[in-house]
Amino acid sequence: MMDKTLPQFGPRESMEYDAVIVGGGPAGLSAAIRLKQRAASEGTEVSVCVLEKGSEIGAHILSGAVMDPIAMTELFPDWKSRGAPLDVEVTEDRFLFLTEKKAYKAPNRLLPECFQNHGNYVVSLGNVVRWLGAQAEELGVEIFAGFAAAEVLYNDDGSVKGVATGNMGINKLGEASANFQPGMELHAKYTLFAEGARGHLGKQVIQRFDLLKDRDAPTYAIGIKELWEIDPKMHQPGLVIHTAGWPLDSDTYGGSFLYHLDNNQVAVGYVVGLAYQNPYLSPFEEFQRYKTHPEIRKFFEGGRRLSYGARAIAAGGLQSLPKLVFPGGALIGCDAGFLNASRIKGSHAAIKSGMLAADATFDALRAARQSDELAAYPAAFKESWLHEELYRARNFKPWMAKGLGIGTLMVGIDQLVLRGKAPWTLRHRHADHECLKPAKESTPIVYPKPDGKLTFDRLSSVFISNTNHEEDQPAHLTLKSRTVPVDINLEKYAGPEQRYCPAGVYEFVRAENGRDLLQINAQNCLHCKTCDIKDPTQNIVWVTPEGSGGPCYPGM
Amino acid sequence: MKVLVSVKRVVDHNVTVRVKADGSGVETANVKMSINPFDEIAVEAAVRLKEAGIATEVIAVSCGSSQSQETLRTALAIGADRGILVECEGELQPLAVAKLLKAIVEKEQPQLIIAGKQAIDDDCSQTGQMLAALCDLPQATFASKIEYQNNLLTVTREVDGGSETLELVPPAIVTTDLRLNEPRYVTLPSIVKAKKKPIDVIPANSLDVDIATNLEVLKVSEPPARKPGVKVGDVNALIQKLKSEVNVI
Ligand SMILES: Cc1cc2nc3c(=O)[nH]c(=O)nc-3n(C[C@H](O)[C@H](O)[C@H](O)COP(=O)(O)OP(=O)(O)OC[C@H]3O[C@@H](n4cnc5c(N)ncnc54)[C@H](O)[C@@H]3O)c2cc1C
Ligand code: SF4
Repeated sequence: MMDKTLPQFGPRESMEYDAVIVGGGPAGLSAAIRLKQRAASEGTEVSVCVLEKGSEIGAHILSGAVMDPIAMTELFPDWKSRGAPLDVEVTEDRFLFLTEKKAYKAPNRLLPECFQNHGNYVVSLGNVVRWLGAQAEELGVEIFAGFAAAEVLYNDDGSVKGVATGNMGINKLGEASANFQPGMELHAKYTLFAEGARGHLGKQVIQRFDLLKDRDAPTYAIGIKELWEIDPKMHQPGLVIHTAGWPLDSDTYGGSFLYHLDNNQVAVGYVVGLAYQNPYLSPFEEFQRYKTHPEIRKFFEGGRRLSYGARAIAAGGLQSLPKLVFPGGALIGCDAGFLNASRIKGSHAAIKSGMLAADATFDALRAARQSDELAAYPAAFKESWLHEELYRARNFKPWMAKGLGIGTLMVGIDQLVLRGKAPWTLRHRHADHECLKPAKESTPIVYPKPDGKLTFDRLSSVFISNTNHEEDQPAHLTLKSRTVPVDINLEKYAGPEQRYCPAGVYEFVRAENGRDLLQINAQNCLHCKTCDIKDPTQNIVWVTPEGSGGPCYPGM
Repeated sequence: MKVLVSVKRVVDHNVTVRVKADGSGVETANVKMSINPFDEIAVEAAVRLKEAGIATEVIAVSCGSSQSQETLRTALAIGADRGILVECEGELQPLAVAKLLKAIVEKEQPQLIIAGKQAIDDDCSQTGQMLAALCDLPQATFASKIEYQNNLLTVTREVDGGSETLELVPPAIVTTDLRLNEPRYVTLPSIVKAKKKPIDVIPANSLDVDIATNLEVLKVSEPPARKPGVKVGDVNALIQKLKSEVNVI
């Protein structure tokens, strides 16, 4: 598409920066902030810009979230007086094992450390990120929201030169329309990729520089979340509930979170490991069904749902962490995969890794270096509390992949008895897309119909994610082969994309000639990246749509 | 010719608005706000006049809280030359906005004032018209085309079932309709440039204008939920349902 339109418009314009940061989430903004803080305290200047594909900072951020303030305190020791929206301290932790009708509460003293949240805050990460964005702008960071980085640019020596934003105003046929605007090139001495889980450009950089060599395959989960306003009588600010068990079978890794914020709001969500095997499984419907459990339903009766969304979670941990640096840049936050899967906490890790990479970048810039490897960043990571934390947590996900029973037992031993210092490290053997079993070896799952009060269908859900894409543009869910969706996905796996996509983007329809056809409703996409991860033959490739397309989450 | 464009900060048109639990209004906390789409069209129209050598200066003005500066920055990125924020907290009703704009019009003496035909939040479609009355200026509302020649504005308006063409002697007021133009995509360099353009902040209370609200909002409620549809198997089933359940045939 690029090649077809560009020549007639001549070369793209470019802008130069010391550091270009791709992605305005906690990782990217913290890196930008840290760069500016260092420059200010050392009396120099650095030019920093942040590209964010969402229409504003925070629009695409979706998280739980219970936040460990450790990294925030390092970034802004005075975050409280600056008004950071960390307002609700965790007051109570509950861990429930669900069966279809019953809930068993694990005694708190038996909970591994990773499920204890004393001193943490229940937040809307979207709001925290909006706040970080305002801090960054105040420090002079140039934030460009509504612009997706669509392409990595390379210098002649192979180092990363920067990124280019996508073209705007390309129609469905890939032609320039009347208000076409070519993309811009952003050149940088160092480019930091902070796109979150399964970054579109991060994936390309990882491949190009073979950053996963000798590491395990990255593994992911999908997290689906709703924000509710509930009956004040049921609301208990700071209450944090996690569940395992029903409705998932014991072979599938997953569980729920239910966090009480302030203003009678409750964040509720469901996480399903994408290494699941049954192609009939639908994370969306599992989530809807979960809410009907008596112990969960009670919170939502008489309440109303305010928002909905979904996002992939990078859950590979230390074993799957790629090499973090390459000539001209680095991966930070969940684009690399710094998430503690045992706590599903990644926001503190994102902030910390952003700060560490920023320190290395700043020191390199001061030494008049550019476009080389920021070796100081992985070195500093190794020495940090973050490494220690991820090391302790490294066996959680692989144990859980062995099923809930043995998983919980071994996690217990691992975390409680050995405090995460067990002498073993488990491996992730398979990438998530390799895990599906053929449909004929799997049992179809029948899910209950939504009632429109507590449980919903996909379309009414997508509606309140406020997602939107300019209609007249090529679909950003691209297929390597047009025939694979029907010939393999539908034939062999019963079309799993219809079920794992939380937005109903993929629909198999019967064409007039009686043939099956995959219809892609790209406009509904929530940018969760699940299809890019789980598609069994990796035929679906998620690329950036026109900037500012995608969800517009109100404080998720 | 100096052109003044009014721009309002409203809930983004992609956001599903949500009524506050107590029915007192619409939830705007943590909601994405943007420039009113009709005002974006107004700015685009003004900037095109400038690019055509007709307008000499394009001034964007917004009335509201300091956050409306973001909205002014959007106008500046599209190509307006400078911004004016008439700053005040609290609710502003169309009459108050029109009075504030009148004060700015008197100060700046523009030859053309372009406003949106309505703001998509309260859908009043009043401000432009009231401003015309207060300033005693000719107006052309719901414009789908603006031309200027020999000191005369020719404006085509959208009216029921067709269009109407008016001639106005500036200074005049035009409000924009959807078909007037399709606003450009702002570019990164224009955003960078917009950050350096000046915005004057004028406290509303320095303008000697009565902006008290004279309408009281009693209640805001959501539209009734749409009943779910049904799929019918064939034409016969449809006719059957129209007869027996809907009673329309
Ligand atoms: C359901 C769920 C629950 C979670 N619960 C918790 C929790 O309780 N506690 C906790 O600490 N963590 C939690 N996490 C994890 C946490 O949200 C992430 O670790 C964190 O958001 C990672 O930050 P990041 O900056 O790396 O990426 P993200 O937050 O994903 O931000 C990336 C940003 O980059 C933008 N972007 C991506 N690609 C491009 C591009 N090419 N061009 C321009 N912009 C781009 C995106 O739009 C986004 O704004 C949860 C995650 C999920 C999904
Ligand atoms: S199309 Fe892919 S990225 Fe978009 S919502 Fe569906 S699964 Fe997620």
